[in-house]
Amino acid sequence: MRLGVLFSGGKDSAFACWKAMQKEEVVCLITIVSRNPESYMFHTPNIRLAALQAESAGLPLLEMETKGEKETELLDLRRALLSARERFGIEGVVTGAILSVYQATRLQRVCYELGLWCFNPLWLADQEGYMEELLDAGFRVVITGVFASPFDESWLGREIDHRTLDELRAVARKDRITLTGEGGEFETFVIDAPFFSRRIVIEEGSRVYRNHNGVFRIERARLVGR
Amino acid sequence: MILVIDLCYREDSLSREEFVAPIERLLGRSGREFAARHYKALSATDIAAADGAILCGTALMDTGFAERPDLFCWLLEFERPVLGISSGMRALAAAFGAGAEPGCGIGMTEVEVLAPDPVFAGKERFSAYEVRGCAVGVPDGFMALAASEGRVQAIRHRSFPLYGLLFHPEVRNEWLIERFLGLVDQRP
Repeated sequence: MRLGVLFSGGKDSAFACWKAMQKEEVVCLITIVSRNPESYMFHTPNIRLAALQAESAGLPLLEMETKGEKETELLDLRRALLSARERFGIEGVVTGAILSVYQATRLQRVCYELGLWCFNPLWLADQEGYMEELLDAGFRVVITGVFASPFDESWLGREIDHRTLDELRAVARKDRITLTGEGGEFETFVIDAPFFSRRIVIEEGSRVYRNHNGVFRIERARLVGR
Repeated sequence: MILVIDLCYREDSLSREEFVAPIERLLGRSGREFAARHYKALSATDIAAADGAILCGTALMDTGFAERPDLFCWLLEFERPVLGISSGMRALAAAFGAGAEPGCGIGMTEVEVLAPDPVFAGKERFSAYEVRGCAVGVPDGFMALAASEGRVQAIRHRSFPLYGLLFHPEVRNEWLIERFLGLVDQRP
């Protein structure tokens, strides 16, 4: 089955893409670029760098802009999926949704209207098992946004290795955040994945942080061989 | 041993992680023994060895299982606890002669309990997550246990512990699966 992956550049959509590649044919990545930093569905600070990830994955990237208003962004999603169906012949869509009934409901509806299959290979995943599998599979993931207490500025730009994962576990236990960041507590950017031909090196980044809310913006990055 | 039956479009499919694995994890956490089988690969030995069975859901576009009602005939004589989830309810109802009609429902819905039953005891209303492309009829010999917006959401056989749920209890209503497992435990 020819599939398009709804891709944000973060760990969940990248991992879902990798899972899909093992069972079906992934033919394109689809990113929705929101101009609204408060977007319910699609906001992520380094979304423009999805192009670099797509290049490394050897997959075409379909980018669709949205104003990011609560209900019209669904129309933009519909437009993006229609375009992917026309250009790449997709028969289904893959997402990295884990727990969000809000996101899953909307995606399922749009896919159903368009006659597209919808796959959520991380749905209800065991958070602990997923994070371990992610690292063991060779994904390299950087924290690019924090949006909850007790995250301070030092978390911005940090790679999630086994040591950082231990710290995240401690935070998750104590402060009732999800280990995966599924509740929007933090956001990530994938710099290497088992389906990348080259890894991404971040050459320059900037941090904006205030009151447990912060973003690590990647200013300059490039692909290098392993 | 609980038989977990995969109704997805093929064995070891991409949908398995979404519809079968969450049930397996729940059974694993509850310490129950289970074996997962694809509905096309189910043997008489598997069926004979099972104390109960859970028929898992499928993706909305995935209705291949409905074209093979012959592969679900064993349910007619199983008589041990069965839980059919969404597409699994459709397969269970079809085995007993009830059809399905188009009726899409996606998202959270308020479910109202209609009749007393050990699995729903103490609950009158609750929110549930549905992802379904059809509505399922109540087969002869079954009763409607719960409904939402005029749509039957749960059925049970009048003589045997065979249940069908149109919604997905593994999302926000794991208690229902726990109670179903309690029925399996109570059997001699």
